[in-house]
Amino acid sequence: MAVTFQGLGAAAALSLSGSFDPNRLHLPCRRSLSVTRLSFVVRLEERIVSGSNLPPRRAQQLVSKAVATKADAASASTASKPGHELLLFEALREGLEEEMDRDPQVCVMGEDVGHYGGSYKVTKGLADKFGDLRVLDTPIAENAFTGMGIGAAMTGLRPVVEGMNMGFLLLAFNQISNNCGMLHYTSGGQFKIPIVIRGPGGVGRQLGAEHSQRLESYFQSIPGIQMVACSTPYNAKGLMKAAIRSENPVILFEHVLLYNLKERIPDEEYVLNLEEAEMVRPGEHITILTYSRMRYHVMQAAKTLVNKGYDPEVIDIRSLKPFDLYTIGNSVKKTHRVLIVEECMRTGGIGASLTAAITENFHDYLDAPIMCLSSQDVPTPYAGTLENWTVVQPAQIVTAVEQLCQ
Amino acid sequence: MATAFSSINVVQHARCDNFSVASRKPSSAFLGSTYSIRLSPSASRSASVSAAVNRKASSVSAVSEVVKEKKQKSVSSGSNLLITKEEGLEVYEDVVLGRVFEDMCAQMYYRGKMFGFVHLYNGQEAVSTGFIKLLKKEDCVVSTYRDHVHALSKGVPAREVMSELFGKTTGCCRGQGGSMHMFSKEHNLIGGFAFIGEGIPIATGAAFTSKYRREVLKEADCDHVTVAFFGDGTCNNGQFYECLNMAALWKLPIVFVVENNLWAIGMSHLRSTSDPEIWKKGPAFGMPGVHVDGMDVLKVREVAKEAIGRARRGEGPTLVECETYRFRGHSLADPDELRDPDEKARYAARDPIAALKKYMFENNLVKEAELKAIDKKIDELVEDAVEFADESPQPSRSQLLENVFADPKGFGIGPDGRYRCEDPKFTEGTAHV
Repeated sequence: MAVTFQGLGAAAALSLSGSFDPNRLHLPCRRSLSVTRLSFVVRLEERIVSGSNLPPRRAQQLVSKAVATKADAASASTASKPGHELLLFEALREGLEEEMDRDPQVCVMGEDVGHYGGSYKVTKGLADKFGDLRVLDTPIAENAFTGMGIGAAMTGLRPVVEGMNMGFLLLAFNQISNNCGMLHYTSGGQFKIPIVIRGPGGVGRQLGAEHSQRLESYFQSIPGIQMVACSTPYNAKGLMKAAIRSENPVILFEHVLLYNLKERIPDEEYVLNLEEAEMVRPGEHITILTYSRMRYHVMQAAKTLVNKGYDPEVIDIRSLKPFDLYTIGNSVKKTHRVLIVEECMRTGGIGASLTAAITENFHDYLDAPIMCLSSQDVPTPYAGTLENWTVVQPAQIVTAVEQLCQ
Repeated sequence: MATAFSSINVVQHARCDNFSVASRKPSSAFLGSTYSIRLSPSASRSASVSAAVNRKASSVSAVSEVVKEKKQKSVSSGSNLLITKEEGLEVYEDVVLGRVFEDMCAQMYYRGKMFGFVHLYNGQEAVSTGFIKLLKKEDCVVSTYRDHVHALSKGVPAREVMSELFGKTTGCCRGQGGSMHMFSKEHNLIGGFAFIGEGIPIATGAAFTSKYRREVLKEADCDHVTVAFFGDGTCNNGQFYECLNMAALWKLPIVFVVENNLWAIGMSHLRSTSDPEIWKKGPAFGMPGVHVDGMDVLKVREVAKEAIGRARRGEGPTLVECETYRFRGHSLADPDELRDPDEKARYAARDPIAALKKYMFENNLVKEAELKAIDKKIDELVEDAVEFADESPQPSRSQLLENVFADPKGFGIGPDGRYRCEDPKFTEGTAHV
């Protein structure tokens, strides 16, 4: 299914020359944002919106299924458009490959990333192109090879460490917390750690409890790291590139069920901003904050809500640490109601932190208490029915919105 | 010396006579005992333990044997010394610096100038000097919390280390690391780690970078070596084994140095390890395992030459077990009641500084006066370091939020649309992030 959305703000930058400095680009744009509300839209299906204020609301083509499936042939109409279509895992690979071409210090390490091409094929073909040392197949020793990646980052390389499943990175917690997050500070700023730790997480299709973990809540307290979650091929590629170029350690959360999402993305090179949230659907009545796979549940619920006469504003927060309080704040100031929909557990999850942050900063603007829909605090069961009830479903989102908007 | 390592697996000694508690092979004019005697407080226990160890032991200290042979030869030839005068003085200066500095640390700690966990290296100087003095500036050293002397040997000025211990902003890590986290980019000291074992993967990564530079980035002359120091307790930790595997697999230019001082706080090595001979774990992963007398700086240096040479030539890693001893407790907070005073006395008799001095005098390498001059120089250096640290300023509030991120945009975008790091409260250190 094709995914359409708008990207608001100086979130995406197109550069033809390739020698472009995202650092220089975003700050000035940020300042102009408050004045002109410059909106920058990704070209999809020829709908370009420019200018100030809110773009007019239009019928969006929403994903009808929460889980991504292959795009249908209806997108033949896009054949003459610029850009190229690909699946999310291919977008990740494209981003990774471009960065590896650009900078010889970028390397990949992880289990089965080389000859096997990655368990989700994100690194397919890269070992053939770049060699076995640059796309390193490691033994099954997460703590040690993540530490090795950190040591390599400290001594000049820019490794991308893949956890075959995010849950496996629990074994690397020592290295991620103590070394990855802290060493820049502990060394007094002497050593930077430009590492990217990425992998698929989230609740899949009956993968069982241990393969269905959401580590963003466990990692969020670690000082010194940034966390981003991608949700579409467009932002996957952009965030991958941004994460690799960042001097900070970045954890990039991908989702097992989103790898086959198809979308048309620009041919030109672009890098997204790691700290910015993405406006998925502007609205008036309520702000729905979400990330990763829940974005699609939310958009499905939004379809129902629109039919019922509601106008939800959907924001994909993308940056799990730090939160983009500007985009979120502007939305809260407009709608005065907030619903957070996440796949994390309820206790100590991203939603909990987000609720605290919004309450702290925007309490005066709220007309209703913040509602947070999270997964149940339950090890994800194997049975399909039980698993569905563990995560938030669109019907629950609809109910929550109706409740909040009373 | 190439033969030394290959002889490890081949040479078999009949060693039964040397493992009893009471007898020790009388040492030659060469330094100290070449055999390790692992004792536990009770004699009966030690007999059975020694017997058990003896059953497995075969080629322990074979290297020391070779070195001893060399020495015996040199006594006759007179020209085959292990060390030249210049090297001797350099080595002497380094071991004395380590000792005097650590003693001063103890003094300063009890005077309330430094706090927290401070782990002193007294007695183990031979290992640090033996290895690090053979390294180039670009070679990397990774250590544990017992890292003051590794920092000094690697070239970090004593002033910076002392300031760091005092928590002053002029410290090598701006006062943000402390005793257990010494880092120096200039001297390629990549830590200083508080959790044991967590530095070994970092060292493996540094070695990986060296190999990557040579093979992927095609910097043909990049032959940087990484030396990782850690203790006997670490050798029961998973990260150690994971890294031995990876280093041997990819032939990384790294040397794993075990500073086996027989005690992990109060846990005797023999009580915690199924096979106490750590050097044997090297061949299990396909790398040479060497045992050396870690109280003897010249023996350590000989082994180090070979191990570092191997790594530099691209032949892969080496595991070196240095049998050594710490004269003080695990840290300055440790009352050190568990260790047998006899054991301590025995090792005190093998003090590396005394042994080195003896060697240099016996071989007419130096005169008393030269060594005394070095002693004085070091005393003054350490005094100066303390003065410098005393007079240095404490970190100001503005330092609180610096360096958390290499790119401070990582603190995110604030409610007003500006990056948090642009907020003046941020640079003052009063912002709440």
